[in-house]
Amino acid sequence: MNSGTASGATSASGTASASGTAVGSAPGAAVTTGEPAARFRDLLAAEWLKLWSLRSTPWAYLVTALAVIGFNVGQAYDTYRYWTDENAGDADAFIRDGIPLAEAFTSNAVVIHLLAAGAIGAATVAGEYGTGLIRTTFAAVPDRRAVMAAKAAVLAGVTTVFGTLVAFVSFFSTQAILSGRDIGVSLGHPGALRVVLASALLTPVAALTGMALGTLLRHMGSTLVATVAALLVLPMVVSPDRYWSVLIAHSLPYPAWRRLTEPGANFGPYPWSEGGAWTVYAVWALAAAAVTVVSVNRRDQ
Amino acid sequence: MIEVKDLTKRYGATTAVKDLTFTVRPGSVTGFLGPNGAGKSTTLRMILGLNEPTAGSVTVGGRSFRDRPRGLRHVGALLDAGDVHGGRSAAAHLAVLARSNRIPRRRVDEVLAEVGLAGAAGRRRIGGFSLGMRQRLGIAAALLGDPPVLLFDEPLNGLDPEGVLWVRGLFRRLAAEGRTVFVSSHLMSEMENTADELIVIGRGELIAAESLTRFAARGTGANVTVRTPRAADLADVLTTEGAVVHRDGPLLTVTGLDAARVGDLACRHALPLHELAPRSASLEEAFMELTADSVDYLAGEAR
Repeated sequence: MNSGTASGATSASGTASASGTAVGSAPGAAVTTGEPAARFRDLLAAEWLKLWSLRSTPWAYLVTALAVIGFNVGQAYDTYRYWTDENAGDADAFIRDGIPLAEAFTSNAVVIHLLAAGAIGAATVAGEYGTGLIRTTFAAVPDRRAVMAAKAAVLAGVTTVFGTLVAFVSFFSTQAILSGRDIGVSLGHPGALRVVLASALLTPVAALTGMALGTLLRHMGSTLVATVAALLVLPMVVSPDRYWSVLIAHSLPYPAWRRLTEPGANFGPYPWSEGGAWTVYAVWALAAAAVTVVSVNRRDQ
Repeated sequence: MIEVKDLTKRYGATTAVKDLTFTVRPGSVTGFLGPNGAGKSTTLRMILGLNEPTAGSVTVGGRSFRDRPRGLRHVGALLDAGDVHGGRSAAAHLAVLARSNRIPRRRVDEVLAEVGLAGAAGRRRIGGFSLGMRQRLGIAAALLGDPPVLLFDEPLNGLDPEGVLWVRGLFRRLAAEGRTVFVSSHLMSEMENTADELIVIGRGELIAAESLTRFAARGTGANVTVRTPRAADLADVLTTEGAVVHRDGPLLTVTGLDAARVGDLACRHALPLHELAPRSASLEEAFMELTADSVDYLAGEAR
C-alpha cells in the first residue's frame, strides 16, 4: 500500500512539472488543444474503472473469499463437531497452545489465499499484455511509470481491503464456532490481532508479487508458474536446518506469515524475530511495486 | 505534423526500419504504403513512443510523444483493433481511456455515436464484436481527445463497403479541419480514393514521399486513351512529340504524354476529338513496380 502511494506521489509531481512545459506546444498544428494538467488521481480512477468493468473481477474476489473462509470455518467446525467431554478438561491447554488462533486462518486456507492473490495480481498486468490493451493504454498515457504506479496502488489498496475483510470474517466466524465449546478467543487475546493482520497483509504482498512478475514476463502462463514458484514452491524446498537455506526461507513471504501466526512453533536451530518477518512483507511489497513501475520504462511495448 | 528523421530500428540482426526520413503535414490525408513486413507498424509504434528507435528521432507537434504525460489530446491512434480487452463493453473501454486523460465522460457517447456504435452496441462486450465493429471502436478511441494528429494502421480491414465509404469521408473531414491524418495500408487501391499524399516504404526504407498524382505519374503504365475520326493523323502528331502510340481503329492508347498535352496538340492541328481519357488506374501498377524489389513475402517464391 505504502509503495503504491509513494511512487504515485513521485510520478504525479513529475508529470505535473512536465505538463507545465507543454503549454503552447505543437507548433504548426492547426487544431489547438486546451489541455488540463495531468493528475495522478485520474490514472487511479481509470485503473479503478478498468478493474471493476470486468465481470471476472468481482467473481475472482468472491470465489477466493468463499474458498478461504470456507476452509477456515470447515476446520473450526471439525474441531467443534468432534470435541469430546474428555477434551473438555484440556480446554485451557488447547487455548494456551494457540490452536484457536491457528484455526482462525489455517495453513490450507493461506495456500489458497496466497495463490489467488498472486494470480489476481498477475492477471492485472499479464492480461493487459496478453490482449494487447497495454499498447492502447500507453498510447493514451505515454508516462508509463505513472500508469504502472496507479495500477500498483489500486491493486495494493483493493487487495489490502479484501485481505482484511477475509481475515476478520475468518477470525470472528471460527472463534464463534469454537466458542460453542468454550475454546474460542477474542480479538484481545494475545497474538490474535497479529494473526489477523499477518493474514490480511499477506494479500497485497502476494498480489504485488504476481503483478511484478507479470510486468517482467508479460505472458499469463509463465507469470502464473513464476508466481507459484516464488510464493509456494520456494518455501517448500528450503530446509530449516541449513544456514544458507534458512537465509532464503527467512526472506520469503509464506515463511514470514508462519513466523507471525505460529509464534509457538519450533523454528529449528535458526530462529528469527517478528520484526524480521514484518520486514519481509514490507520489502517484498516495495520491491514488487518498484519492479512494476521501473521495468516498463525502457522496454519496447 | 509528424517529423521522422533518420529513423532506424533493429531487432538483433534484422533491420525493420532503416534511415527513414519524412514529414507528414497537417491538412491532408497521408497514406503510408508498403508491402507486408515493410516496417509500417514498427514506424507507427516508434511515432507513439511504444518502441524505442535504435537511431534517429521522431517528433509529433515538435515534441517526442513520450515526453507528454497524457497522449489523447495530442495524438489519436488506432494501431490494432484487437488491442482491447474482450471482457469490457465498448463504452467502458472508452470511459477508462477518457478518465485517464481527464476527458469528460460525455465524449464517450459522442464518439460512439460518431462511429455508429451508439446505444445497445456500445454496451455490449467487445468480445462479441466483428472486426469491423472493433475498427469502429478503435477509431472512436482515436477521436476521443479531439487530437490534431491521427494515426491509423490498416483501418479499412474488416469494414464493409458502407464502412469503407464512411471512413474515407471521415478522414477527408478530419484533414479538412486542419488535422494531420496518417493512414497505413498495404493496398494501393485503398489509398487511391483516400490519400492526398503518400509515403511509400519497402523493407524499412523510403521509396517515395510525394503527392498521389505525382506518384501515379511514375508508373510506366500511365496512359491516355483518345478516340478520334482522324486516328492516323493524330498518331503521327503524337509520335513526333515523343509519345508511344498504339492504334486500334479510331482508338489511340498514348503513353508518355498527359491528357492536357494530347488535347492541346489535337487542337493545334485542328483534329477533332470524340473522347479523351487519362487512365490513372496505373496507381496500383506504380506501387507494384516501385516495391517489386522490396517485397519480403512473394507468393510462390522458392525459399
